[in-house]
Amino acid sequence: MSLVHRIAVDAIPSLEVRAWRDELLASRAAGARAITLYGKRHADTVTITAVLQAAGGSLEVSRTTVTVAHGYHELTSAWPALHCFERELHEQTGVRIAGHPWLKPIRFEGQRQAAMDDYPFYKIEGKEVHEVAVGPIHAGVIEPGSFRFMCAGEQVHHLEIHLGYQHRGVEALLLEGDPRHHASLVETIAGDTSVAHTWAYSAALESLAGCTIELPIEVARTVALELERIAMHLASLAGMAGDIGFLQGASTYGRLRTTAINTLMRLCGSRFGRTAVRPGGNGMQLPADLLPEIQASLDLLRTDLALIDERFLTSRTVQHRLRDTGVLSTAQALELGLVGMAARASGVHLDLRALATGAFAALPIEISTQSTGDCFARAQIRIAEIEASLGWLWTTVGQHPAWQRTRAPLPALAPSQLVIAMIEGWRGEVVHCLETGAAGELVHYKVQDPSLRNWMGLAIAVRGNEISDFPICNKSFDLSYCGHDL
Amino acid sequence: MSLFKSLRVRASQGTQYIADVRTPRPAGFRGRPVISTEPCADGCSACRDVCPTRAIQLEPLRLDLGRCILCEACVDACPAGKIALTPDPRMATAERQHLIVREGGDELAVRASVAFSRIFGRSLKMRQVSAGGCNGCELELNALGNVNFDLQRYGIEWVASPRHADALVLSGPLTSHMRQAVQLAWDAMPDPRFVVAFGACAISGGLYDGAAGVDRSFLDGVAPALYVPGCPPHPLTFVHAILDLLGVA
Repeated sequence: MSLVHRIAVDAIPSLEVRAWRDELLASRAAGARAITLYGKRHADTVTITAVLQAAGGSLEVSRTTVTVAHGYHELTSAWPALHCFERELHEQTGVRIAGHPWLKPIRFEGQRQAAMDDYPFYKIEGKEVHEVAVGPIHAGVIEPGSFRFMCAGEQVHHLEIHLGYQHRGVEALLLEGDPRHHASLVETIAGDTSVAHTWAYSAALESLAGCTIELPIEVARTVALELERIAMHLASLAGMAGDIGFLQGASTYGRLRTTAINTLMRLCGSRFGRTAVRPGGNGMQLPADLLPEIQASLDLLRTDLALIDERFLTSRTVQHRLRDTGVLSTAQALELGLVGMAARASGVHLDLRALATGAFAALPIEISTQSTGDCFARAQIRIAEIEASLGWLWTTVGQHPAWQRTRAPLPALAPSQLVIAMIEGWRGEVVHCLETGAAGELVHYKVQDPSLRNWMGLAIAVRGNEISDFPICNKSFDLSYCGHDL
Repeated sequence: MSLFKSLRVRASQGTQYIADVRTPRPAGFRGRPVISTEPCADGCSACRDVCPTRAIQLEPLRLDLGRCILCEACVDACPAGKIALTPDPRMATAERQHLIVREGGDELAVRASVAFSRIFGRSLKMRQVSAGGCNGCELELNALGNVNFDLQRYGIEWVASPRHADALVLSGPLTSHMRQAVQLAWDAMPDPRFVVAFGACAISGGLYDGAAGVDRSFLDGVAPALYVPGCPPHPLTFVHAILDLLGVA
């Protein structure tokens, strides 16, 4: 079910910067959306790669090379969805991006590390205005990040999200050693999205190595991916229920999440899908005698979720707290380039699984959208996606009742290629871009968790809400800190 | 109507807590490694070569659980079948050097501390700080309070403020950007207090040992009182460890 696009580096159109810029904007006008934009620095020049998805679904790559000092004129004002990419590009390469409205570092990596505490937040002045600073350590057992609320009375006028505390240096580590031996590292880019990230990494390597993946392996990987989706959607629902004091929801969704992750552990040995996917194979196994247990778990999830879902969705306390809270309109979601579940909750039809490739070809999965874009919609989307995934899993394990672990070492990687591999993880599309050099060695590795694009969605959704609604808004998006900070 | 719906959900929930947290060996779990006394083939270093965290040393074969992420790569690589992962969640120790698994070695164990038992045995408040954790450890630490593990029954609970905490539970390899925040949290905690290193990253840096964004200098001044291995550790690994340390149950 991966979307993989491979192109020889020589074949990538390399344009003069103005022509490149014009072409990007023309593609946008023709209905293309941005997948990623990133740069690589060589001495005093930076090569910028843009990947778009045309309205028809195909991926298009284009490049330009500029000097660091001269740079290019920003695109964000015309195309706000590019803001995070241009900020990251500037942070990672130092290239001048003239006229950019907000070049705040994404994660304060490299030389900028020391400046994180000195960063000047937006200031709003006025008699009724006050600021609330939260983090990086929060009140719960949760990853660190800093939030600065600018409030007028009780209302949030603006939220500035300050991340980077989780920055470890993943992209640099991925360029060390044999690129085929990084599966364990990739699994911890965002440890709650191990399956999706490892699949994107594996799909990219398999394309570079010219290796075809048989359907049984695709099926097993998709089972892991959907179990990961179910488990994390349940974790988010439990968290949202807890945040509004709906404790029956918190404990019941929490209990059922345990069933989901333990099912994944039965298949791959880890509650988080570690080792489920490996380049050229996978670590998932379903011995025939295990099938009844797996089916019983899926059945229990379907039966018991129907009860709590009904209770949750019709409860007055849930509706009162989640409806009209943290609204993100369809127009805003499209403008910001939101992806995945959060985009679908705002009425954007965007899901790589709709391409119906791989294991979804024989048995498509139902894709849901909601129109209201509020916290309730983000809960409803999760409930609908869990139901669709459980139905898909039920039929699939019936049709493929036994599979083996398969480990096949990959041959050497093809030289001078760029490959873009995408997987629809539970938060949204996970994108890995790998480029090989003349000897087949890895020269660039760009990792993109959906959180990079969706954090701004949270910042906008929380505007005009009470500050006390922030925890629910945050949980309803449930974005990754480490996946963003890398 | 909503009352009936609520009761039906309650009935479906049943009784979920694990009555005796000491007995379960989770089915399918890759836990405590054992190394047999089978001799290695001459010059074979297959297990060490595939280990992603350099957890293995040879002659004699030793496995450092402080680095191990239980990925099973060594098990698959060993032609002699010397290494096996068991479903036993008991892996934690109170001393860093005791995390080394040896050929035919004894079970790892945390020895109960009289002092810890006297001070914290009836009430332990913990503050968690993630410093580069991937949300695997954080989710498993959250799971300690769920309906299955229900750690609160022993008076062991999470608190929001380090001011109220007895233990600082660290996850992640400790990033440079969190260096100051971790120190501030620790400095805010009143004595007596201790640190728990949760997961391979916190114990040794794990997969991120030596990475550009990692700064582990906080641990130069403070030695953890408990090391909980895994990637992420199973909640039962932590449950055994903390109950052993406090001499509870």
